[in-house]
Amino acid sequence: MTEIPVFGLYIFVLAMFAGFEVITKVPPTLHTPLMSGSNAISGISIIGALLIAGQADGTLQTALGLLAVILATINVVGGFLVTDRMLRMFKRKS
Amino acid sequence: MAANLSYLVASGLFIIGLKQLSSPVTARRGNTLAAVGMFLAVVVTLLDQEIVSFGTILVGVVIGSAVGAAAAHWVKMTAMPQMVAVFNGFGGGASALIAWVEFTRLAEGSPGVSAAIAVAVVLSLLIGAVTLSGSFVAFGKLQEWLPTAPVRYPLQHPLNLLIFLGLLAFAVYLIGGAAGMGNLMAITGLSLLLGVLLVLPIGGADMPIVVSLLNSYSGLAGAAAGFVVGSNILIIAGALVGASGIILTHIMCRAMNRSLANVVFGGFGTGTKGE
Repeated sequence: MTEIPVFGLYIFVLAMFAGFEVITKVPPTLHTPLMSGSNAISGISIIGALLIAGQADGTLQTALGLLAVILATINVVGGFLVTDRMLRMFKRKS
Repeated sequence: MAANLSYLVASGLFIIGLKQLSSPVTARRGNTLAAVGMFLAVVVTLLDQEIVSFGTILVGVVIGSAVGAAAAHWVKMTAMPQMVAVFNGFGGGASALIAWVEFTRLAEGSPGVSAAIAVAVVLSLLIGAVTLSGSFVAFGKLQEWLPTAPVRYPLQHPLNLLIFLGLLAFAVYLIGGAAGMGNLMAITGLSLLLGVLLVLPIGGADMPIVVSLLNSYSGLAGAAAGFVVGSNILIIAGALVGASGIILTHIMCRAMNRSLANVVFGGFGTGTKGE
């Protein structure tokens, strides 16, 4: 169990570097869609929510797990759909 | 093995998706690619992990998808930033819940909770709860349900410092291994309060920048939750959003001719705007 966090730290640091590099110049019209799109990606917590809900033991864990799944799913589904809506509009304008 | 490779593909799709989202020509495709990555990660998790009960998950996914799709469909174009703030707050809330449930599960088990996991639990609770309450205050200001002018209150600095010190004390207590339900509640409660107090003093015009910053936080909360449940895909995607969110926040500040410190601390001190 203890070696997992160290391995995780490697991944974390490298992914941070990737995140810093991947965005360079962004035109102002894309600020909100990009924020919205990356917000949808941060809905990755849905994976953690699925794990805890799927292993939940007892009423409290099940209830909290269910709530986590609902919140994360709203984040993911709503996030990607709303980003697509914004980008559709953006295309028509330009 | 197959699962880990699929998570690797999903991570790649997130990175390419983010890259394409920052250019007008490819933005829509980038969003779709990231969504495909997310779908892949969800399906793989359901198929491969040690998930035993699917009932709860099914109910949660159906409710969450319906609410998310409806909200995305009906929201007015002018209300987009507040919509993103709400979605973002939910993501942060989910990360805090993950840490909470996993902590109680591990604490009931035989090896207990290691100090490293406890640190990750504290970070997910703290950052997740700050993101949740901060995002809702940002929503309130953008929606003009809350005063859009910077809200100041007496002893602002000492109060925030006191809350922070309290959080630190409870965190040390929890990491030291002497923790119960009350401890988790204290950390979560103080973090929620901190989120409110940090965003309230910031003016409404700066809210898009604040939402972008909170988006970065929700990524970091997700990464911390990844350490708690031992999931690499959470760590990768969380770190990606955490880092790219900071860069985007910086770019947005520059576009508005503001510095980040100016936005975050704008309501402090004299309250005069600009350099």
